[in-house]
Amino acid sequence: MSDINPALETFAQEVDELLTAMEEALLGLEGMPDDADCINSIFRAMHTIKGSSGLFGFDDVVAFTHEAETVLDRVRNGERAIDAELIAVLLACKDHTAQIIQHFLFNEDEPLPEALQQQSRTLITQLIGVLAVAGGMPSTQQEKADHFEVDVNTTDSSDNWVISLAFKQDALRNGMDPLSFIRYLQTLGKIIEVIVTMPTLPRIEDMDPEDCYLNFKIAFNSSADKKTIEDVFEFAEDDCDIHILPPNSRQEHYLQLLADLPEDQVKRLGEMLVEIGALTEKEVANILHEQREEEKAETKPLGEMLLEKNILQQPVIEQALKKQEAVKQKINKESNYIRVDAAKLGYLINLVGELVISGAAMRLMVDKHGLSDVDDVASTMSHLVEDIRDTALQLRMVQIGETFTRFQRVVHDVSKELGKQIQLQITGGESELDKTVVEKINDPLTHLVRNSLDHGIETPEERVQAGKPEKGVIQLNAYHDSGRIVIQISDDGKGLDSERIVAKAVAKGLIKPDQVLSQSEIYNLIFEPGLSTKEEASNLSGRGVGMDVVRRNIEALRGSVSVDSELGQGTTVTIHLPLTLAIIDGFMVEAQKERYIIPLSMVEECVEMSSDEWQIDEVQHYVNLRGQVLPYLRLGDFFHNNKKHTKAQRESLVVVRFGDTKAGFVVDELHGENQTVIKPLGKLFENLNGIGGATVLGSGDVALILDVQGLIQHAKKRVTPALALL
Amino acid sequence: MTAKAKKNDGTLCVPIMDDMTIYNAQSLKETLLGYCVPGTRELQLDLSAVTEIDSAGLQLLLLLKAEAHKRGFTLCLLRHSAAVLEVFELLKLGTYFGDPIVFPANWKKA
Repeated sequence: MSDINPALETFAQEVDELLTAMEEALLGLEGMPDDADCINSIFRAMHTIKGSSGLFGFDDVVAFTHEAETVLDRVRNGERAIDAELIAVLLACKDHTAQIIQHFLFNEDEPLPEALQQQSRTLITQLIGVLAVAGGMPSTQQEKADHFEVDVNTTDSSDNWVISLAFKQDALRNGMDPLSFIRYLQTLGKIIEVIVTMPTLPRIEDMDPEDCYLNFKIAFNSSADKKTIEDVFEFAEDDCDIHILPPNSRQEHYLQLLADLPEDQVKRLGEMLVEIGALTEKEVANILHEQREEEKAETKPLGEMLLEKNILQQPVIEQALKKQEAVKQKINKESNYIRVDAAKLGYLINLVGELVISGAAMRLMVDKHGLSDVDDVASTMSHLVEDIRDTALQLRMVQIGETFTRFQRVVHDVSKELGKQIQLQITGGESELDKTVVEKINDPLTHLVRNSLDHGIETPEERVQAGKPEKGVIQLNAYHDSGRIVIQISDDGKGLDSERIVAKAVAKGLIKPDQVLSQSEIYNLIFEPGLSTKEEASNLSGRGVGMDVVRRNIEALRGSVSVDSELGQGTTVTIHLPLTLAIIDGFMVEAQKERYIIPLSMVEECVEMSSDEWQIDEVQHYVNLRGQVLPYLRLGDFFHNNKKHTKAQRESLVVVRFGDTKAGFVVDELHGENQTVIKPLGKLFENLNGIGGATVLGSGDVALILDVQGLIQHAKKRVTPALALL
Repeated sequence: MTAKAKKNDGTLCVPIMDDMTIYNAQSLKETLLGYCVPGTRELQLDLSAVTEIDSAGLQLLLLLKAEAHKRGFTLCLLRHSAAVLEVFELLKLGTYFGDPIVFPANWKKA
């Protein structure tokens, strides 16, 4: 995009963001067709694009978006209900808008090609056609207004609390006397009106006089706060449903308090309402509990439940929601983004790396010359350098959520294409990792998701036959684990068929027919080149190229990928990735006069390598670490196979962990923590076993960064065959 | 515990001689149910001897009132005792039952 002017570039970016927001909103609407926010966001996208396009004279864009905007305006005004059909057309419109804008960005003066013009016309007809079929649906707001029953008591007796007490059947038997609570209530204020009802009025013959049938609705005038009033009924809590609706004058008071709430952080609706005293914590807890119970059915938002239960008046809830939204927006605005050229950031990170190294060099000189007065200054500086390093790295961290949400569209489109019903669940979207890693993980992730869509999830008929719900679920999950990020793609589909994988692998000559493999080894065969168990290749996947590429891409990021599956139950692919590719906290050790760096986050503990304590088995290379069999590796021997092992007087065992696996590295000396700037190894050394990179030490020496995962595998391999004989 | 006096015109006038609480609600109900017989046109309950009334007693009275309406006879409450008055006042029930209530001059103090 080098040949377009900056204004256009901004325009392109803005359009991109708007269209992404629009897509998200459209997909969101599938779940909640009445969500006013989503509809507004879609309308805003089309409206803004129309306006900006006008500025640049892109008349075709204006003409097209105008039509979409008109339709959306009608949706917004409630003249038109949104349905799957309209969403599909609007999604197509979104794609089309992107296309024609793309065209004008690069060929500013050329007219729109006939194909695109034709598409514009088709879509407009569809939009209007869709509109004509179903016009004049009632607006969502009107519907809501109908549902909400206005309690007579709340409107006319404006200044009173309305307390509803519904006693349960056993209340009297449990020693409750409702009258005594009401008597006590009198001490807090004046009872204006009481309505006694018996909603489950039995015939007098069937009535059990020891049951309680009484419900009370009390209009109560008091200046006490909600908590105090609630406390009156504290003892009745178990035997009575209590609802306390604040008076309208209180309502204004609450509205005022809401307006005065500090806007420094986004709070949950319940928290806000408790803070201003409109709700008590007990009420929130009860409602939330109820919300959880209803989980299986459709979960309603807290605000809606409060309204339904008549615990609070609508204006207060609306105001609280508005306030919440305002705070959110304010915070968003405050944390406004500055667009920075990625190259500049990269340069900064490099500089910080050099700074870390020269800081270490200075540290070395200070120690060498024993300059105690410089020492303080030097430590302060190294602290600052550490902070700068963390902050600089933080700059490049982005949440993985955005990458995840992009798959909503993929899932939506592909499931339609394949005639499957698939839902995408995203968790852990707030986990952060380096932008460069995010960019590079996108392709492998797409591949894995498509695989799950195509191979994993069955057709609705197959699923029903297998006794599973018609709708398949694909989950994307991310979390941090010991300095790495773990990304999981799981589906509840048919799982991997290990027999077929083995048969295929044998046919392809990947394994020998008599080879004995563990389940996980078999599953991981799918990452071998040329292995696909799908009988027929589709245009999505199944040609047997891909999984090996996925693995290669991930390993290029110093990550790893593994797969687990249960036949008929589903498949989970787990990816481990480093958070950043630039600088890490390292742990420096020395073996055979050579220095090595182990990523600190993987170090579990360091113990003395003493044979009395750990029952070292020198032949099979394992120790008994507090009852646990731990394979170990002598780093000196491993990297200097031909050098004769000179026994140092004291050796240390560094226990490292990767995922679920552990191993010990035996080293001569521990040097402690070290800020490690990762320098990639040259092409020549790329495939070195057990080495992940190198770093420059303060002294100018080079230390090798260990590939812990590879070394653990190696250590295990040396142990297992021998152990199997025991 | 209760005595009844039946008049020819279907008016039944009975004093309630006991407390109206959960402890005797069961027997009280049986008694009251006994009055809801065909032929009764008006049931007068004399409440002057009720020294204590709780929710169980109250709900019996409420139920009886509803039952009377259903069966087409009139329920009159007479000579409310202080305890009954207190509850009626608390729950503003006077108008619901619609019976003339005689307040003793010093009932609030008691």
